[in-house]
Amino acid sequence: MPRKTMIEAIREAMDVAMERDDNVVVFGEDVGYFGGVFRATQGLQQKYGTSRCFDTPISELGIVGTAIGMAAYGLRPCVEVQFADYVYPAYDQIVSEAARLRYRSNGQFTCPIVVRMPTGGGIFGGQTHSQSPEALFTHVSGLKVVVPSNPHDAKGLLISAIADPDPVIFLEPKRLYNGPFDGHHERPVTPWAKHELGEVPAGHYEIPLGKAAVRREGKALTVLAYGTMVYVAQAAAEDTGIDAEILDLRTLLPLDLDAIVASVKKTGRCVIVHEATRTSGFGAELAALVQRHCFYHLEAPIIRVTGWDTPYPHAQEWDYFPGPARLGKAMIETMEA
Amino acid sequence: MSEDAPLRFHVPEPEVRPGDRPDFSNVKIPQAGTVRRPRIDEDAEQFRDLAYSIIRVLNRQGEAVGPWAGTLGDDELLQGLRHMMLLRAFDARMLMAQRQGKTSFYMQHMGEEAVSCAFRKALRDGDMNFPTYRQAGLLIAGGYQMVDMMNQIYSNEADPLKGRQLPIMYSAKDHGFFSISGNLGTQFVQAVGWAMASAIKGDTKIAAGWIGDGSTAESDFHAALVFASTYRAPVILNIVNNQWAISTFQGIARGGSGTFAARGLGFGIPALRVDGNDYLAVHAVASWAAERARKNLGPTLVEYVTYRVGAHSTSDDPSAYRPKTESEAWPLGDPVIRLKNHLIVRGMWSDERHKQAEAEILDEVITAQKSAERHGTLHAGGKPSARDMFEGVYAEMPPHLRRQRQQAGV
Ligand SMILES: Cc1ncc(C[n+]2csc(CCOP(=O)(O)OP(=O)(O)O)c2C)c(N)n1
Repeated sequence: MPRKTMIEAIREAMDVAMERDDNVVVFGEDVGYFGGVFRATQGLQQKYGTSRCFDTPISELGIVGTAIGMAAYGLRPCVEVQFADYVYPAYDQIVSEAARLRYRSNGQFTCPIVVRMPTGGGIFGGQTHSQSPEALFTHVSGLKVVVPSNPHDAKGLLISAIADPDPVIFLEPKRLYNGPFDGHHERPVTPWAKHELGEVPAGHYEIPLGKAAVRREGKALTVLAYGTMVYVAQAAAEDTGIDAEILDLRTLLPLDLDAIVASVKKTGRCVIVHEATRTSGFGAELAALVQRHCFYHLEAPIIRVTGWDTPYPHAQEWDYFPGPARLGKAMIETMEA
Repeated sequence: MSEDAPLRFHVPEPEVRPGDRPDFSNVKIPQAGTVRRPRIDEDAEQFRDLAYSIIRVLNRQGEAVGPWAGTLGDDELLQGLRHMMLLRAFDARMLMAQRQGKTSFYMQHMGEEAVSCAFRKALRDGDMNFPTYRQAGLLIAGGYQMVDMMNQIYSNEADPLKGRQLPIMYSAKDHGFFSISGNLGTQFVQAVGWAMASAIKGDTKIAAGWIGDGSTAESDFHAALVFASTYRAPVILNIVNNQWAISTFQGIARGGSGTFAARGLGFGIPALRVDGNDYLAVHAVASWAAERARKNLGPTLVEYVTYRVGAHSTSDDPSAYRPKTESEAWPLGDPVIRLKNHLIVRGMWSDERHKQAEAEILDEVITAQKSAERHGTLHAGGKPSARDMFEGVYAEMPPHLRRQRQQAGV
């Protein structure tokens, strides 16, 4: 099977979706002629024409707001916000409009849009190119929130997201675009061409939203991770030698609670890792759910390993990024508790 | 040491405040029939005069004059009067219902009836309005059932929106009426998106966005203009300037731009101002803009110059911020009376018939109200089920919501 980068996989997903359904339109800043600053939409305008893939003014509010109107008409817009850090001008449109349209109109109007955006750090992007705003969206009823961790999933999840009848926030860990990154930043990154999850089937396939994947089986403890942190967890398991089970959540909303509960009941221990700031982060939701559903199986307190509650610093990026060392320490602490 | 004088902060103020004599001398009103009618494909650059003047058809004698007259036949005019009267009677009853505790809240249209009622007649079935809360005339003039509007206002068991929305935040897709949001301005840019979609699909339908003078300050307004202008979307961008945004006079959002219509000029969007209390003028301008959109000539910005006679909402007391008699001093008169006088001048109407029509319409509204109230009001009688509350957040209910519904025991 051909191996692809995550960007290629994402592009293929849009290509497949556009080919199958001519209501799918793709737009955003630099998305048309140039193919996007990360080249995720490269070639789509040439193939589908300017009515289906086009450049927009620099107005995230305008991009999402018009997408909502288009969805109300019957199109399926898949729009790009250049970096997740720039989604805030569109936040009201997403939260107050896209998320609620179906509910408030009792199904008269629906909003099948996908808002794609690169998230996360590890690329020296400073405060404005590194944020992980997933918790701002998982808190919103009516949205779905997806975070793929590899090319194979990215394609299948994005195809599902575009076909989904509800609005989907699709967060792409940009540090994973070219290869799996485990936080050992001093080591060279292996490209997706050398990774089995770089294998991307041609054509159409879907990965259902709301289903987690076990990335590593283990009996000693469960690490709940998503996006880049899946590889950090794998590195931490190798570095510490702990027999950890690693769950890649893939969709944060709706969440695969059954998979989480099954794993934690098996291992009796749980460490949660995410790159976003800690306070009120998605890890808090996970911890609450695990506590509620696995309390009698837990042999140690749940620990969260996260970015610090500071803006994402530029020069101190590797102090901020929750890498395998920090995660490994928490895993050892959990085992010793 | 600087020799410059200290800077002074500027905050615009209305001409008058409570206790003062109403003064509209700053509203420059041209005589009816004197503003030109441009070709629909005229260059946006040529619209400066139209963005600063006011298009009017009905003169003080009740005659229809000038180049914008003649878009409506006798029956349509009679129907227009009826729609406005219906909306006014509907408002009065619902206002009373709110006072009686049958609903939490109401927003009326008093003085602005012509804007939405006349506009609706310029659209066709299949076109889509993205309204705000003061355009119920789009529904009334589109033949939507009053009883359904009332069911929505009462949040009763027959509420088409199952009690999920604030009163008056209607949604009626089949009537070209987009679901109203409580967040100001959001719909304006969505209208542009809908219109873009229609063009992308090679459809023939057009969209209309609606916004109040105060809400033009929201970023959504500016995003809408840039997208409409960039993609030449088949959309009519309507600004209803009713002089007040709750207690804030229109000069606060307008700033130095002279008129709201003028904002369109910088975007290369043809922009016109129209007498919003003149049913004929509103219809003429709306039809002109709709034709432009249908002929693929792109967006038009229209400012309706009108006055909010009533309170902003049932939670508002306008006497706290403007002279009590200001509405009577409004120089563009009352839209219902103006159309009534026109029909009388044309020999099609009389004071007696008007009185009789008022009585009939009141009857009709009361009948609708009775039948709505049989389904319950906000605090009495039938209401949507709590089980329904969990439905419709998503197309399919996800597991966490199912668990929460179980937990709620419904
Ligand atoms: C985003 C947002 N901010 C504030 C409000 C509160 N609010 C409701 S109506 C209103 C005034 C709107 O004035 P205008 O746009 O002139 O419309 P009008 O009521 O005069 O028709 C305000 C501030 C709101 N609903 N949404």
